[in-house]
Amino acid sequence: MAQNQPMIRVKNLCKSFGRKTVLDGFNLDISAGESLVIIGGSGTGKSVAIKCIQGLLTPDSGSVEIAGENVIGMAAQERERINSQIGMLFQAAALFDSLPVWENVAFGLLSEGRVNRTEGREVAIEKLALVGLDAKLADVSPADLSSGMQKRVGLARAIAIDPKIIFFDEPTTGLDPIMADIINNLIVAVNQKVGATALTITHDMQSAKKIGDRIAMLYQGKIIWIGRADEVENSGNPYVDQFIHGRIDGPIKMALRA
Amino acid sequence: MIFLQTVGRVFLAFLATAGRLSIFTISGVGHCLRPPFYFRIIAKQMIEIGYYSLPVVGLTAIFAGMVLALQSYTGFARFSAEGAIANVVVLSITRELGPVLAGLMVAGRIGAAMAAEIGTMRVTEQIDALTTLSTNPMKYLVAPRLIAGLTMMPLLVLVADIIGVFGGYLVAVHKLGFNPSNYIQNTWNFLEFTDVFSGLVKASVFGFIVTLMGCYHGYHSKGGAQGVGMATTNAVVSASILILCSDYILTEIFFSK
Ligand SMILES: Nc1ncnc2c1ncn2[C@@H]1O[C@H](COP(=O)(O)OP(=O)(O)O)[C@@H](O)[C@H]1O
Ligand SMILES: [Mg+2]
Repeated sequence: MAQNQPMIRVKNLCKSFGRKTVLDGFNLDISAGESLVIIGGSGTGKSVAIKCIQGLLTPDSGSVEIAGENVIGMAAQERERINSQIGMLFQAAALFDSLPVWENVAFGLLSEGRVNRTEGREVAIEKLALVGLDAKLADVSPADLSSGMQKRVGLARAIAIDPKIIFFDEPTTGLDPIMADIINNLIVAVNQKVGATALTITHDMQSAKKIGDRIAMLYQGKIIWIGRADEVENSGNPYVDQFIHGRIDGPIKMALRA
Repeated sequence: MIFLQTVGRVFLAFLATAGRLSIFTISGVGHCLRPPFYFRIIAKQMIEIGYYSLPVVGLTAIFAGMVLALQSYTGFARFSAEGAIANVVVLSITRELGPVLAGLMVAGRIGAAMAAEIGTMRVTEQIDALTTLSTNPMKYLVAPRLIAGLTMMPLLVLVADIIGVFGGYLVAVHKLGFNPSNYIQNTWNFLEFTDVFSGLVKASVFGFIVTLMGCYHGYHSKGGAQGVGMATTNAVVSASILILCSDYILTEIFFSK
């Protein structure tokens, strides 16, 4: 990998569902070890963008390079090799409710044969402690947890495989402010400790400023602004201004969706 | 014009579904044959299909056997052929009613549950989560269920056969006054290996159909709770129809000379 090559390079990504265009020329470069945050209104396609990069959705056109390799159209096995270095926190946690909490957390490690079940359980309890969950929860079914707790288990699962790249889809949504801050700190710590490259989606500006080295704003299928996290207040971009201050008046037209 | 358009659209949709189902089936069977095998999940599904379906299937079988004996008695009495009851019961049960009734009951029980479970996993992104954790969902979710269906249904049907024949025996001996040892003798005398064997082959095919339909419809469900509900219905209906169709075809293969 060349020195200045970005860890993730997304070029001209387009994705439509039927007649609905969600991504329309989406470009993004993320350097190794960087933490980038994407902000944008709900339904603007933030989750779709992450899934296209992750490989869960196939874009209509455009390219995604991870560590210099074009991953679109890659053979399934190759893709699996890349995926084993990517951790993902889903917006609604997506925990396996047929398995107890600890097996959810250790799932990636178990499926790659990196640990046996006894070790897996220990690692899981360690990771649960990191996200502020008690070891007593290890044997509970995820369905019996509150959504905030599920989110934290999802986070533990995402970081358990020691990924090089982590995607966080709204990590703090649905958490109380204190827990949100704990999670923010945790994400910062994880990024620093393992030097992981992180891509986070959020509406939570406080969280964005805390965990992001850079912030990008998605609007109508494109990144319309990108800059350092401390520049976001004075971006000079009316769209960004309106969004971060949550004003009704401004260039962003909130379509009342049917 | 509009009529032709509609016909064309329906036909194309049919082709698309047939294609998707074929690809799904081939991929599912392929994953059954190649490691890694998830033995823990295979075992769990086997117990679900083979053990927990026993009460339902057993009840169905015993009443089927009982009603068969009763019906054939009233019918056969008209031309004094009551002696053939044992024969009728055992052949109908082993060749047809055992596998078909068990297949339909399991379609309602297992097919529906699989479609609902996998469908929920689809709409809550658990299937996507599997992929991100280096686990192929076809191998992890679908292959173990297909294997369990293929292997457990014959065992289940074998038990159902025995219970069904016993049901016929109960009615014949206790209600219709047949001599017990005669009845058992008659049952054995007319039974051939092919009768039982063909029923068990059918059972295996039905087990495959039920689990395949459950997995397929669940896997492709979309649109929240309503989508999962639809997947469940479609799984049961399509499995039931396919069971009856393939039953005819298999019977033709086994018994047409
Ligand atoms: N699998 C899909 N099929 C059809 N439409 C989809 C699908 N996934 C997302 N969409 C649509 O794409 C748009 C963006 O969704 P999403 O990326 O989830 O938004 P958000 O920015 O809130 O994460 C939404 O309008 C949604 O309806
Ligand atoms: Mg989203």
